[in-house]
Amino acid sequence: MTRAGLARVTGAWAIALGTAHLAWSVDTTQLPDPRLQARYVTLTHELRCMQCQNESLADSPVDLAADLRRQVRDMLLAGKSDDEVRDWMAARYGDFILFRPRYSWRNAWLWGAPATLLLLGALVSWRVVRQRTTLLATDHDVLDEDGRP
Amino acid sequence: MNRFLLPLGIFALLAVVLAIGIRHSPDKGLIASPLLGKPAPQFSLPDLADPARQVRSADLRGRWYLFNVWGTWCGECRAEHDMLLKAHRANLLPIIGLDWKDEEGNARSWLTQLGNPYDSVAVDASGREAIDWGVYAAPETFLVNPHGIIVFKHLGALTDETWAREIVPRVTGAPQKGS
Repeated sequence: MTRAGLARVTGAWAIALGTAHLAWSVDTTQLPDPRLQARYVTLTHELRCMQCQNESLADSPVDLAADLRRQVRDMLLAGKSDDEVRDWMAARYGDFILFRPRYSWRNAWLWGAPATLLLLGALVSWRVVRQRTTLLATDHDVLDEDGRP
Repeated sequence: MNRFLLPLGIFALLAVVLAIGIRHSPDKGLIASPLLGKPAPQFSLPDLADPARQVRSADLRGRWYLFNVWGTWCGECRAEHDMLLKAHRANLLPIIGLDWKDEEGNARSWLTQLGNPYDSVAVDASGREAIDWGVYAAPETFLVNPHGIIVFKHLGALTDETWAREIVPRVTGAPQKGS
């Protein structure tokens, strides 16, 4: 193959591979303002498709997801904030539609769980260490090979 | 003795937390609607029988009604249809249909062929109305009280059991378990 031919084939492959993701993208919506578009992309990725529950609105090909994406788009174009969109969705479909759960008194214990468990672990290890220290201090009988009490 | 107390306590606490979680987990992975106990969405939509007329929530104020979301593309709705006809014959409360993202011609011939259990059918061609009701899979049925509050929601095909245990007692005010 000539150099030019090789370059042409390589170029064709590069274009094919570089644009391949477009063939799979479900959502081709483009909002006029790039900042709105960015918010639209973020929101549709963090809202759940209620029909195929492990996919986001952005990734789901079902009809309902398209309808909900249209709703997100319309609300953004109407000047609504991200939180207003999330609240609107959660008011109808419940917090379940939010992939990024919100803080509430009902799930407060869940958010607090890591700190509580860490504290519990610290408490247990402190007790164990203290117990062992007391045991060692009161043990006059044996010395080990290194001569420590 | 003391050294068993702490792990035992932690185990008991964990057991209680998990038990609460299991008791509160919805059946079959269904999602409780946040709309229960809230006002039903206001609507004014074209009437399937006569598109020049509107089906309006305002006209239903002061009465119990069933709001049933269906479509001719929905297999479960076909399975549910006989139950709806039975409910219609019971003549207990109006049944309002929402024809969700459907072909109007198909919907009309479906009702002609299978019988029409609905007092009126509102057409939701765009799917916006269904979203307002938090619908995610047809059929879904809502029970709305005379104050316009959604008091009950059923996912999937309506059954004899749901009709007899959840809907009739609420509408007739007969005593029932729970609420």
